Amino acid sequence: MKQNLKRYLWLLTTNLFISAFTFGGGYIVVPMVRRFFVMKKQYFTEEELINMAAVAQSTPGAIAVNLSALAGYRVAGIAGALISCSAAVIPPLVILTFVSAFYKIVVSNTILAAVLKGMEAGVAALMVDLITDMCALILKKKSFFLSAMIPLSFTANFIFGINVALILFVCCLLCILQVFYKKGKEQ
Amino acid sequence: MNVIWKLFIVFLKIGLLSIGGGYAIIPLIQEQVVEKNGWISEKIFTDIITISQMTPGPLAVNTSTFVGLQVGGAAGALAATVGCILCGTVISLTLYHFFQTHQKSVYVSEVLNGLKSASLGLIISAAFTIILLALYGTSKPESDFLSLNRTALLIFFTMLFVLRKWKLNPVAVMFLSGIAGFVFYR
Repeated sequence: MKQNLKRYLWLLTTNLFISAFTFGGGYIVVPMVRRFFVMKKQYFTEEELINMAAVAQSTPGAIAVNLSALAGYRVAGIAGALISCSAAVIPPLVILTFVSAFYKIVVSNTILAAVLKGMEAGVAALMVDLITDMCALILKKKSFFLSAMIPLSFTANFIFGINVALILFVCCLLCILQVFYKKGKEQ
Repeated sequence: MNVIWKLFIVFLKIGLLSIGGGYAIIPLIQEQVVEKNGWISEKIFTDIITISQMTPGPLAVNTSTFVGLQVGGAAGALAATVGCILCGTVISLTLYHFFQTHQKSVYVSEVLNGLKSASLGLIISAAFTIILLALYGTSKPESDFLSLNRTALLIFFTMLFVLRKWKLNPVAVMFLSGIAGFVFYR
């Protein structure tokens, strides 16, 4: 019981902390979860983190909130998911309630704008760092099919602007066909 | 219909329809809150997007909170935010649970492997947009490649270097790059 409470408290404070530093889009939560859940506490492995990120990305809604819910679930079940989810939305709720009262002043604040412009570059660096490690994990499997899927979905989305849902659907279809093909060859 | 309930339903719909997240959902929210329901004006909506980007938290959550606040006060904010995240988290948890319980099936594990690669590709796509915004100030730099922001490039490479070399805490990176922004851009 006491151990559970300790875990819940950790989930609450960690997710509050992560959410309060989620600048520049929700993706930043992936390296944050990696830092606190994988490296520091070793609640799950990097491989599992990629699984969770894939699920969080492939389902509707913000990847940041979905991933917090999944990480919470993995650590402490449904209660963990609920706690993490609430913790993920409390900072935006509180901060925006505060800011909305005098948002005209905030929008025109040049110091805040300068700090945020600097953070943009920091977020970009964090993303590159994360992507390097994640790519290495997938390439390590030495599967041509899985490795090729990375540039394919990137090109489809970034260059051709194809809808994310469609890309993920085609990906699932290709995977199933691939298993059919492999099974056919074995027989 | 009660406006709080209406907010919940509208944002439930937005949450359900927003696969891929990020900037892709802005037109969707705009259609619902500005054009269909007329809750806020176009001008205020633009301000809301700016504020959402300046405050921590995912864009979708911030936008729904702010719209909820403007339309229905604190209760409205809560209704809109819960509506926005409910479908996504429930579906995520269900799917994750499904993948975990059917790990032994070749089809399931191969689909998960494929999704991993595909979503990594999508994350790289999002990262490209973030990098372009940080270094050029626009996500479509083909118009002018000379507008590269050298200060941003310097911060970017310094942060990347310390990250690769000392595995610095992401929060520390945000802090340092924020300070750098304050020093160089002010």
